[in-house]
Amino acid sequence: MAVVPVNPIIKDAVKEFDVLWITAGLGCDGDTIAMTAATQPSIEDILLGQIPWIPKVTLHNPFLAIANGDDFLKPFHQAAEGKMDNFILVVEGSIPNEHNKKEGYWASLGTDSKTGQPITTCEWIDRLAPLAWAVIATGTCATYGGIHAIEGNPTGCMGLPDYLGWKWKSKAEIPIVCVPGCPVQPDNFMETLLYLLHMASGRAPMIPLDEVLRPTWLFGNTVHEGCDRGGFYEQAQFADEYGSPLCIVKLGCWGPVVQCNVGKRGWMGGIGGCPNVGGICVGCTMPGFPDKFMPFMNQPPGSLLSSAAVQTYGRAIHALRRFTQSSMNKEPSWRKPTRLRSQES
Amino acid sequence: MSTITAPTKDVPTKKRNLVEMNWDPITRIVGSLGIFTKIDFENRHVVECHSTSSIFRGYSIFMKGKDPRDAHFITSRICGICGDNHATCATYAQNMAFGVKPPAIAEWIVNLGEAAEYMFDHNIFQDNLVGVDFCEQMVKETNPKVWAKAQSTAAPHSNLHGFRTIADIMTALNPFTGSFYRDALVMSRMTREMFCLMEGRHVHPSTLYPGGVGTVPTVQLFTDYLVRLMKYVEFMKKVVPLHDDLFDFFYDALPGYEEVGRRRVLLACWGSFNDPSVCDYTYKNMTQWGRGMFVTPGVVVDGKLVTTDLVDINLNIRILLGSSYYDEWKNAQTFVKTDPLGNPVDKNHPWNQTTIPRPQKRDFAGKYTWVMSPRWFDKRTNDHLALDTGGGPIARLWATALAGLVDIGYIKSTGQSVKMYLPKTTSLPEVEFEWKIPKWSNAIERDRARTYFQVYAACAALHFMEKALGELHAGRTKTWTDFKVPQDAIGCGFHEAVRGVLSHHVVIKDGKIANYHPYPPTPWNANPRDIYGTPGPYEDAVQNTPIFEENGPDKFKGIDIMRAVRSFDPCLPCGVHMYLGNGKVLETHHSPMFGVQS
Repeated sequence: MAVVPVNPIIKDAVKEFDVLWITAGLGCDGDTIAMTAATQPSIEDILLGQIPWIPKVTLHNPFLAIANGDDFLKPFHQAAEGKMDNFILVVEGSIPNEHNKKEGYWASLGTDSKTGQPITTCEWIDRLAPLAWAVIATGTCATYGGIHAIEGNPTGCMGLPDYLGWKWKSKAEIPIVCVPGCPVQPDNFMETLLYLLHMASGRAPMIPLDEVLRPTWLFGNTVHEGCDRGGFYEQAQFADEYGSPLCIVKLGCWGPVVQCNVGKRGWMGGIGGCPNVGGICVGCTMPGFPDKFMPFMNQPPGSLLSSAAVQTYGRAIHALRRFTQSSMNKEPSWRKPTRLRSQES
Repeated sequence: MSTITAPTKDVPTKKRNLVEMNWDPITRIVGSLGIFTKIDFENRHVVECHSTSSIFRGYSIFMKGKDPRDAHFITSRICGICGDNHATCATYAQNMAFGVKPPAIAEWIVNLGEAAEYMFDHNIFQDNLVGVDFCEQMVKETNPKVWAKAQSTAAPHSNLHGFRTIADIMTALNPFTGSFYRDALVMSRMTREMFCLMEGRHVHPSTLYPGGVGTVPTVQLFTDYLVRLMKYVEFMKKVVPLHDDLFDFFYDALPGYEEVGRRRVLLACWGSFNDPSVCDYTYKNMTQWGRGMFVTPGVVVDGKLVTTDLVDINLNIRILLGSSYYDEWKNAQTFVKTDPLGNPVDKNHPWNQTTIPRPQKRDFAGKYTWVMSPRWFDKRTNDHLALDTGGGPIARLWATALAGLVDIGYIKSTGQSVKMYLPKTTSLPEVEFEWKIPKWSNAIERDRARTYFQVYAACAALHFMEKALGELHAGRTKTWTDFKVPQDAIGCGFHEAVRGVLSHHVVIKDGKIANYHPYPPTPWNANPRDIYGTPGPYEDAVQNTPIFEENGPDKFKGIDIMRAVRSFDPCLPCGVHMYLGNGKVLETHHSPMFGVQS
């Protein structure tokens, strides 16, 4: 007897997808490296057909490519010429302002065969974005400018929504999908890609995004709300030096206001993270990063009030809990060590 | 004076047809790199090579005026695969500038994190990126005769790694479908978990600070690391013989392959893994604590160890222009006239560099890249040496082997080799590996050294684990030392990024960063011709590469050039371009001069 899928294949679903990934923004390739770290799902899960209900995916990312040079760029040129039906454009790195200087380039990918000059990253985005089924900005450089858009930078760089416009939509009516993080949390990226592939197969509704274009299920809560040190905060137990297991808000942690799931998800395989493992949250998933969080090692001004307000309540609660805990750490009175010994003998 | 770095060899002087062959971008590296070559197909030789990087971001410009405590958070973002090396190196420079010494257990935690980074990064680069240049698909496309030979060549160590023939190894390296390719990718995740245990997150750490770490040292922390480390140890017992078989086969199958990517032995290593029992981060004691590092700093010229002194190494770094998109800074401020020992500091030293970008059209006869030309001034000969890192491991092992300083049980430097001991694991007994100084600094030996250094990192981690547990069991669990940021100070950090030398130089004035210059390995390797006309190491190594590929210009993949360039483990979040054009024939040249063309 043949086994039949409960949910039959949707007829007009996209069968094949190319993922064109440009790492040539002003970035560090850290989001590509993060992609190789993901396990939920892993990149090979997607490419080798381990995950059901999604189109066949071909990845064009320079880090994992077999081809070099023009061979590698061929699909990018094809897509730019309108000869690729369905592709997702992934942009990594912030987008420089190529108009703030007389000549030359800040960022480029490949060489123009006619002029012998580099093809700028901006040209690629201008050509590819209008033809893409969806556009993902991965990492905080591509989403909001990030480190390279810091005050005093010479390149005038910016995130993709600033470059294309915050109201921009793809030909499939999908807004720019922003998955911030410096770098992006590995599974956050791959899961977002998977969601879009499910959308492409007609199995998921429009991706839910917040007002700065982040997937809501990933960035709807604060670091603090998912931090395993939150209990120390409640009890007003604040670390005064790095390496303490207590709440590190007084040491510069911005977790109480920063929208990110790292406390719950960890960094990879549930391991690592930021405040949960002793690293102050520097706000790397936020449009205000990095400037509004610097100097990073100073206590966030807003937390002065909140951490003072919690003192009275927190200390009282902590004392009461210690009292109860002390009681619970004792066995009931009828379990006497002497009685155990006499029974055994 | 110009410095000729090319090895002496016979250059045919007859007329030749040169074909322009370019690859832009070079893939399977981090960042964007272009390689532009002129190839003589009749004589099967690369005649000229230019390396160009396509991205400028401006760290040394926007670091000015920032809080010095922020340096490691910001500079980590220079690199997306070894950002933690930058963060670590930045904290070394901060520690010197702030006059703070972290507690011992913090140093062991950083060393364990950095060891995991080497284990991860060399692993993914070797077997998921470089490995593809040696995989079935690639070898079939470029050298069908080599593929045929591989199928009939038994792998000498098949009993250890399980692959019967060399061809079986090549098949296992096919991207995504190859079994070893996938095993390596999975292993690269486990080692990153080890990294995250110590430094919080990959690739930009969350738990590093000047003065120590925020990582909480617990029994669980070290158990979680140790269990994973021993899985890696077992893995490496198979990987070393696998790579030895593969690399030895290439020498055998393609006689003369030792010339691919070969250049004069000009190797730099700035040392790695500080020993808290000697390292106090003061400049005046830097010579002593530098020699106490668990990877010895050193400059190796023509097989001789010129120095192991970090002060000497520091003072002779020169940043030159010549073919880069920047203006010179001779009229800019001199920040540091003398070092803390009273030695004069050169105007072209990173402490005194001022970065003035000048974007312009790319012109291979003039300026063609965003990379500057770092050189090391050899006071014996007054040469500005274009040292390379060989991708990291070959220089680290070479300097460490010659210096004879490291002896920690799991690792012993003998003066001409490095011995490494791996304890028993589930399915394999204890093993001793020995890396011996090779005859050449070439593509194959750079790649081979990478595999051996993966073992070195695992061995070092075993030592650090013992030391860290010693601190933990003794109850010394404080991981951070408080400090005050001085109004005026200077600092420098020396480290080994995964792919080679890394230095950070900071100048603090009025409590803010007045000057900051990081020098990662790739500027050392990927740089262009300097003001003296000396080409950078990629250019130099590729220019001397013979062509073994069986394809002619029409289907040319440039595989030998790719192997030469990738052996340096390029990492330019900036880059090299090679584009494979349609074989544009250039004019006929007479006796091109290697090494001194501009």
